[in-house]
Amino acid sequence: MLSVVLTVIQRDLLLAFRRRADLMNPVLFYVIVATLFPLGVSPDVEFLGRLAPGLVWVTTLLAALISMESIFRQDFDDGSIEQLFLSPHPFSMLVFGKVAAHWLITGVPMLVIVPLMALLLHLPVQAIPVLWATILLGTPILSLVGAIGAALTSGFRGGGILLGLLVLPLYVPVLIFASSAVSAAVDGLAVSGHLAMLGAGLILALVLAPFAIGASLKISMS
Amino acid sequence: MWKYLHRLSSLKYCYEWSGKWVPWLLGVTAVLMLVGLYWGLLVAPTDYQQGESYRIMYIHVPSAWMSMFVYAVMAGAGFVALVWKTKLSEIIVSECAVIGAMFTALALITGMLWGKPTWGTYWLWDARLTSELILLFLYFGIIAIHSVIEEPRTAGRVASILAIIGIINIPIIHYSVTWWSSLHQPNMQLVSKTPSVHPSMLYPLLVMAVAFQMYFVSLLFIRMRNEILYRERLTKWVKKALAGH
Repeated sequence: MLSVVLTVIQRDLLLAFRRRADLMNPVLFYVIVATLFPLGVSPDVEFLGRLAPGLVWVTTLLAALISMESIFRQDFDDGSIEQLFLSPHPFSMLVFGKVAAHWLITGVPMLVIVPLMALLLHLPVQAIPVLWATILLGTPILSLVGAIGAALTSGFRGGGILLGLLVLPLYVPVLIFASSAVSAAVDGLAVSGHLAMLGAGLILALVLAPFAIGASLKISMS
Repeated sequence: MWKYLHRLSSLKYCYEWSGKWVPWLLGVTAVLMLVGLYWGLLVAPTDYQQGESYRIMYIHVPSAWMSMFVYAVMAGAGFVALVWKTKLSEIIVSECAVIGAMFTALALITGMLWGKPTWGTYWLWDARLTSELILLFLYFGIIAIHSVIEEPRTAGRVASILAIIGIINIPIIHYSVTWWSSLHQPNMQLVSKTPSVHPSMLYPLLVMAVAFQMYFVSLLFIRMRNEILYRERLTKWVKKALAGH
């Protein structure tokens, strides 16, 4: 079964690399939105540094949301979702493969771009490793939870706006624990509690989300 | 018992059955509300700290309780809708979302009105206010589904899944917000909303709580009956039922 999941991941990665322009979109979105904050708030170094943990994570949430919309869209249009559903392998595992591929495409670039933008927003350097850890633990949760919303909405016209309304409230715990961890790191406080909560959230999402995504896709296909 | 439940899941039977209950439910609601409001607003003693403004609690606290209770009912109905695929439970999910959003908004508005004289501001990013606001957003999401997905059965199932996901997430959101607020506002001295309440203040509150429950059931029945009529508008029995009026 692992080989089937790997095949799904491989297929999605291949498709993504054939359309490299789409690959850059969430990253560009991230960079541009992060640039807006100093313009809109204040370029003051100390002020921005205090806001930075929240700013980088709010922007991460938005970038994840933007990228979620396309995760099943193409497969819905060309019917490959139906083919996956008809295959003899467990649907939720195949869907999990799709989410994993989506995270590799959109989450992994965040590991590079978020710390970079955080430095531009004057986040103190000692907080960067913790920021990195929160991205590593947090963005998979965003992908898994967001995929539930995408699965529920991508079969319908106007689903894109609905997606934000459905998914952003569910992203709140990730935002809280991740930005608190980074803030605590800035202040030199212990971060293990926040990171442990993020890890627990990741495990919960890994266990439950694939089933919810599978069930949601089934409804959208009917 | 199962036979009875099965019969109730028929929309026509449910319409007729609930029709008998609505006047009684509305009557009980009206009596309880009048008693509770009179007792709470006029009879109950003035609070020695908050003065008269605490009396908004007789609306606020039952609405806040109902905002969560209705979500639980909605998730329960959503579970039934996904497992047994009954139309009635899908209708209950969509109607609960509207009623729940109303209670949540009421709890938020009364909370803000209470906050002005007590905290000196309408809005604080306090844990309870914030998680109640997020609850309102969750309700809005479920309501919005029905405007985006036109096919009512599909919309009903999507809403059911979301209601179930929400019920898993509400405790997580609630505790994360509580933790967040204790981290960010360590010095805030909140007047506890329900310190061990004296019986003379508590009993009217309990009456109001029961009144709100009855109000919820009446509203649910009325909205459910309208939705049944709308969904079954092309059937013979609806035409016959409406021809009488």
